[in-house]
Amino acid sequence: MTETQLVEAVTDNTEVKTRKTIIVFSGDFDKVMAAFIIANGAAAMDDEVTMFFTFWGLNALRRPEKVTTSGKSPLQKAFSMMMPRGPERLRLSQMNFAGAGPKLMQRMMRQEKVMPLDDLIASAREQGVKMIACAMSMDIMGLKPEELIDGLEYAGVASYLGDADEANVNLFI
Amino acid sequence: MTVAVEELKGLKSDLVVDARATSCPGPILAAKKAIGQIPVGGVMEVLASDTGTLKDLPAWCKKMGHDYLGSVDDAGYLQLFLKKMK
Repeated sequence: MTETQLVEAVTDNTEVKTRKTIIVFSGDFDKVMAAFIIANGAAAMDDEVTMFFTFWGLNALRRPEKVTTSGKSPLQKAFSMMMPRGPERLRLSQMNFAGAGPKLMQRMMRQEKVMPLDDLIASAREQGVKMIACAMSMDIMGLKPEELIDGLEYAGVASYLGDADEANVNLFI
Repeated sequence: MTVAVEELKGLKSDLVVDARATSCPGPILAAKKAIGQIPVGGVMEVLASDTGTLKDLPAWCKKMGHDYLGSVDDAGYLQLFLKKMK
């Protein structure tokens, strides 16, 4: 927010909304959980929230089903085949136990009544959290927009930095 | 502004929001969703089982400009009260 905007907002007696920006670099289940819990909490506290998904973080935004795409190089095909599709298939950063860890963690989360990751993602979207998928890392990893969930913006570092300029909290997860 | 427990128990809530089936950040999401349903000056009661809510709801109220009134916990779950200020 510029000084003029701030002065206008104060003289208008309107709310000065604060912004939080979160870079989701990791595709680990637990780290993505943390990012979405913070994003949802901030949105509930009337903050504007921007989440910028890059590299492994993009896997959290993948549709769970296989999507046929064209125009991928063999390496890109291999990459997108080996990477997890969507929140249900992400691995834990610790104690992954070849995939058993996330299942156990999800069971414990259900017992403790924590919202599942896909619900947190849906809730973030409902609350107007801006989710930006990094177009450059999508190209590198061979991910196409049709493989990702709806409601995303596709942009680059300048879009994220533009929002970060207005933010008072910035996290790299 | 917190209110004595006895006074809270006698308080008439304009809206009761049951967030017992959810843990952090569920209760504040529920509060955010419901606050529009009551008029300014109205009292909202949030039911919660996640004890973190005891700290989170006051923090939410402070940020949102509402008055947190206090909590009662003798029903086997938490009842937290707030007054909508704007």
